[in-house]
Amino acid sequence: MSAPGVLKLNVEAPLDQFELSCAFQVEREVVVLFGASGAGKTSILECIAGFRRPERGRIEIGGRVLFDAASGVCVPVHLRRVGYLSQQPALFPHMTVGENIAYGLHDIAAVEREGRVRSIMERFQIAALSGRRPGKISGGEQQRAALARALVCDPEVLLLDEPLSALDGRLKSVLLELLFDWQRERGVPMLYVTHDPQEAYSLARRLLVVELGRITADGDPRNVLESPVSREQASRAGYENLLEAVVEERHLELGTMTCRIAHDLRLETPLADAQAGDAVTLALRAGDILVATESPRGLSARNLVPGVVELVEERGGMVELSVRCGATLLRVHVTRGARQSLALEAGRAVWLVIKTQSIRYLRG
Amino acid sequence: MTPLLLSLKLALVTSLVLLALGLPLAWWLAFTRFRLRFLAEALVALPIVLPPTVLGFYLLVVLGSQGWLGQAWQRMTGHTLAFSFEGLVVGSVIYSLPFAVQPFTAALTGVDQRLLEASASLGAGAWRTFLRVTLPLAMPGILTGVALSFAHTLGEFGVVLMLGGNIPGKTQTASIAIFDNVQMLDYASAGRQSLTLMAISFALLVLIYGLDRGRSWRLR
Repeated sequence: MSAPGVLKLNVEAPLDQFELSCAFQVEREVVVLFGASGAGKTSILECIAGFRRPERGRIEIGGRVLFDAASGVCVPVHLRRVGYLSQQPALFPHMTVGENIAYGLHDIAAVEREGRVRSIMERFQIAALSGRRPGKISGGEQQRAALARALVCDPEVLLLDEPLSALDGRLKSVLLELLFDWQRERGVPMLYVTHDPQEAYSLARRLLVVELGRITADGDPRNVLESPVSREQASRAGYENLLEAVVEERHLELGTMTCRIAHDLRLETPLADAQAGDAVTLALRAGDILVATESPRGLSARNLVPGVVELVEERGGMVELSVRCGATLLRVHVTRGARQSLALEAGRAVWLVIKTQSIRYLRG
Repeated sequence: MTPLLLSLKLALVTSLVLLALGLPLAWWLAFTRFRLRFLAEALVALPIVLPPTVLGFYLLVVLGSQGWLGQAWQRMTGHTLAFSFEGLVVGSVIYSLPFAVQPFTAALTGVDQRLLEASASLGAGAWRTFLRVTLPLAMPGILTGVALSFAHTLGEFGVVLMLGGNIPGKTQTASIAIFDNVQMLDYASAGRQSLTLMAISFALLVLIYGLDRGRSWRLR
């Protein structure tokens, strides 16, 4: 086993709609690449794996050059020692699970190979599936086997492209645990692509936001996702309400500002680096708004907004309400239970309760 | 050699030659980024639409004692390529080319690109990927191509007549013998030979469609 090293990347590659242009470094850590579909996340992984050849730049792992446009170096995929896994397990359908896992170990002695295959299969709890064909096992088992197949080769970097997005929650967390245990043991740089904010929060201490082929934010997921830097990223992070507003008044002593949306809606927001009269965009999560059917009293929340439910839509486990507040339409998420007990139907008059601290700003 | 045995021998040799030549050609057609690939595809498909007599005529011109290939062959071997078994093989290979190359190409392109990428990322070079992944997965299509070109060569008539003449024991294949027998009003022999050819051809097609049905390993 070779000592794992730092992944350094600096590439430019033309894609269909825009140019991929990014530079970053991954230590022996897990880094989430976060962004909308088509932002270029997968293309970054493809450049590292060798499926896509950048036009300019350089990629190296632990000092070993995989690609260098200047000197014309482009190491072929099979010599890169890169572990790659996408949403599709891509198991070889004509081989058994055991043969699949042993596939990448062809250049080591049979005894050692069998030992390594057995131990990783036990670890991933798929030893019983060894003789089965991929077509005969479940999707979760397939992904487990594909992960084991990639890890058994001791890759020097792990590239995971939404590997668990087809799996249900419980299965996902079991696999994630296996994956992270392995990463901690080996200390291999790991890049994990996702467009799911929940996943991004829970996975890593470091997150890179990819937009139109560029890295637009880099840091702790909570900081990065909770101080939205752009409109697109804000909507990806689950800020369903983006409101154009004008700063009316700053209350330095309270640490708040009053912002006016359209002509008739005023919200108290956290103090920001803006002057009275400045235009700002406010971002507000649909799930951060409370709904009351009578005017509540004695509230700590500073914003109490009357409105009328215009539309009620069931979305999976929750209900999305469109509430008309004067000229502004706000999206609000409630549970199905809340919808029933409050009889929330179109036409119902409601009060929306919005905490000052739940309102964020959009930059630019 | 009886006409039927000669036909079987010709079909066997032709399909083996097509396997050896057609597979690399199909590989190229499947994976090349050459912009004029469609021209090559049209050329490969030409024998499907061309009357066998037209193909036979041109082959006769090229392979005959006046043709450049025929003369070269004659200098090397001392006999002409036209009106010989070797000449029939050359003709049949061209005549049956699309029946081998098209299924080969479809089989190769049908192998999921993600599997090839997975193989490479697991450390397998191009050759190992071909032997361990591409070839086994494309095998049903490759066998289909071999069986189709075998069956098609077995039923060949026009090209053989133009190029091979009708020399009993040498170039008189089953289909030509049937034609001969009918000309001589020997319907009994023609009937026997026809029935045998039909039985073999049907058995081959059953095999081909059975193979197609047997592709059980598929990614979802």
